[in-house]
Amino acid sequence: MTGKFLGLAAAFAMSLAGSALAADKVKIGVSIPSATHGWAGGLNYHANVAVDRMEELYPNIDMILVTASDASAQANDLEDLVSVHNVDALVILPFESEPLTDPVRMVKESGAFITVVDRGLSQEGIEDLYVAGNNPELGRVSAEFIKEKLNNKGDIVVLRGIPTVIDEERVDAFMAGIEGTDIKVLDMKHANWNRDDGFEVMQDFLSRFPKIDAVWAQDDDIAIGVIEAVKQAGREDELFILGGAGMKDIIKRVMDGDRLVPADVLYPPAMIATAIELTTLNYVSNAPVTGRFILGAPLVTPENAANYYFPDSPF
Amino acid sequence: MSRKAAAIGFGPFDLKTWGPLLALIGLMVLGTALNTSFLSEGNISNILTRSAFIGIIAVGATFVITAGGIDLSVGAMAAVISGVMIISMNALMNVFDSASLIIACGILLSLALGLLAGAFNGLVTTKGKIEAFIVTLGTMGIFRSLVTYFADGGTLSLDFAIRGAYRPFYYGDILGIPVPVIVFAVVAAIGWVILNRTAFGRHCRAIGSNEAVARYSAVQVNRVKTLTYIVQGLCVSLATIIYVPRLGSASSSTGVLWELEAIAAVIIGGTVLKGGSGRIGGTVIGAIMLTMIGNILNLTDLISNYLNGAVQGVIIIVAVWLQRGGWKNKGQ
Repeated sequence: MTGKFLGLAAAFAMSLAGSALAADKVKIGVSIPSATHGWAGGLNYHANVAVDRMEELYPNIDMILVTASDASAQANDLEDLVSVHNVDALVILPFESEPLTDPVRMVKESGAFITVVDRGLSQEGIEDLYVAGNNPELGRVSAEFIKEKLNNKGDIVVLRGIPTVIDEERVDAFMAGIEGTDIKVLDMKHANWNRDDGFEVMQDFLSRFPKIDAVWAQDDDIAIGVIEAVKQAGREDELFILGGAGMKDIIKRVMDGDRLVPADVLYPPAMIATAIELTTLNYVSNAPVTGRFILGAPLVTPENAANYYFPDSPF
Repeated sequence: MSRKAAAIGFGPFDLKTWGPLLALIGLMVLGTALNTSFLSEGNISNILTRSAFIGIIAVGATFVITAGGIDLSVGAMAAVISGVMIISMNALMNVFDSASLIIACGILLSLALGLLAGAFNGLVTTKGKIEAFIVTLGTMGIFRSLVTYFADGGTLSLDFAIRGAYRPFYYGDILGIPVPVIVFAVVAAIGWVILNRTAFGRHCRAIGSNEAVARYSAVQVNRVKTLTYIVQGLCVSLATIIYVPRLGSASSSTGVLWELEAIAAVIIGGTVLKGGSGRIGGTVIGAIMLTMIGNILNLTDLISNYLNGAVQGVIIIVAVWLQRGGWKNKGQ
């Protein structure tokens, strides 16, 4: 925290001093949502780790990490990164595509290299590098796993996230994946990527449906709530739960061979680290990094779970 | 005593008292019509247990609102108290061996924090002479940031060794009645007695209807007002004591919007937002109703998920409109 303030103060002093010192340093601004829920907490953790690592490795790289609580605050951050810090590159995970398209274009027009993470902008061709998880892939892989485990036949319930494009993409791909099988979706409800909502929605699903073969919770926070509701109803033996994202508590359960949580689908917050490292490479090596870098959404199983387990991350 | 809150009624039937209950019965009929499993023992028990958090907080909010105040910080307060409880119980594992002793310490700490947070809200409001709306909006932001900071933006999880021993506080039952429901009932009963049968309750109503008159009538206005926020803080603490064992975790998204639900429960129950009259019984029904709306929406797929908020909004407004008798007192 204080580091950030000192950094700001130092930057301010520098900009007053005509930034003679900063001329030889490459400045990379990183703008991400603040840690308001689990996944974003993981994002902040991995961003901080990557920033520290890059600054330690490359003395001529200066990283400025800013976090914002909503889209308009993030737009203000971008203005500051240009006017106060005059950044050479920007790595941004936009809150929302629409409101941030123009602000990012303004940064681009100041001559900066632009890396967009996870959520695309509303217009093509602004970013030099695009690093993203794969929402449709998460839905598809989830559908594959549930199909295989149920032998293409059974009754499932689905808990959705917050009504957004991300949720739509995942659910559409999932529904396309189970099409043509005898898997019946009893109902879908929004649990808003939240543990408490996951618990309550699942309680009600359990009251409603005497037979549930599998639960697609889509998200690990929701899955935590679902697990508790299923335990409370004493119905652990009749179903299994599939979440997604790669929260350490869930990865740990998969690693330990928990029957209730046999697998997880990855949507790693560490993708911000991928974006930061690739952007830095643009300035410290001859490796070309422009283009699109789409991460997979691998299935985490007891065999490979150890590779995805970060006990120190808050997520 | 204020005459503003005189009953709107005809004969022995008093809408203000019976209105919330009628609305609740109406909602139950609707729920049963949509899905027969609504009336199953398990579902009713789920509704009552879930409504305990908001309900207990709303009992405290009844005092604050009756005395003409408002507390917007309760949701964030619940989150930060949960967080500190989890951190300290995990830390105490290196000190004590007994899980019960650790849980007892956690509960005492929670009560102390609730008392302190409430006292802070109350004292800054009364001594600082700042509107409660602003003070508690400020502390809401402070508490919310603190829990995010403590959790590093992630989630704080209670150690599994303690979780097992603590589980019964939410999942347990006494004579078949879930523990949270018993706590809710006891808190509501005590609240009812304090509000309706003690000098403190009378003073709350007097301050809410006219603070200047109350001051001239030798009511210790600042002391009573501060106490209402302390009562609110203690209620929040009790709610967190039964909330933490449910999922054994707290994060920055814990208790979001609880303050609005608690205030809504109080108003649906017939307490007037500008103060002067309070109804604990109505508050209890209001809290159960709010939980029930969400439950009914989960039990049916008739309504698009995207419209859940709209359904809740309509039911809340209609419930209060019926209770105020807005349909028959055209001349008011």
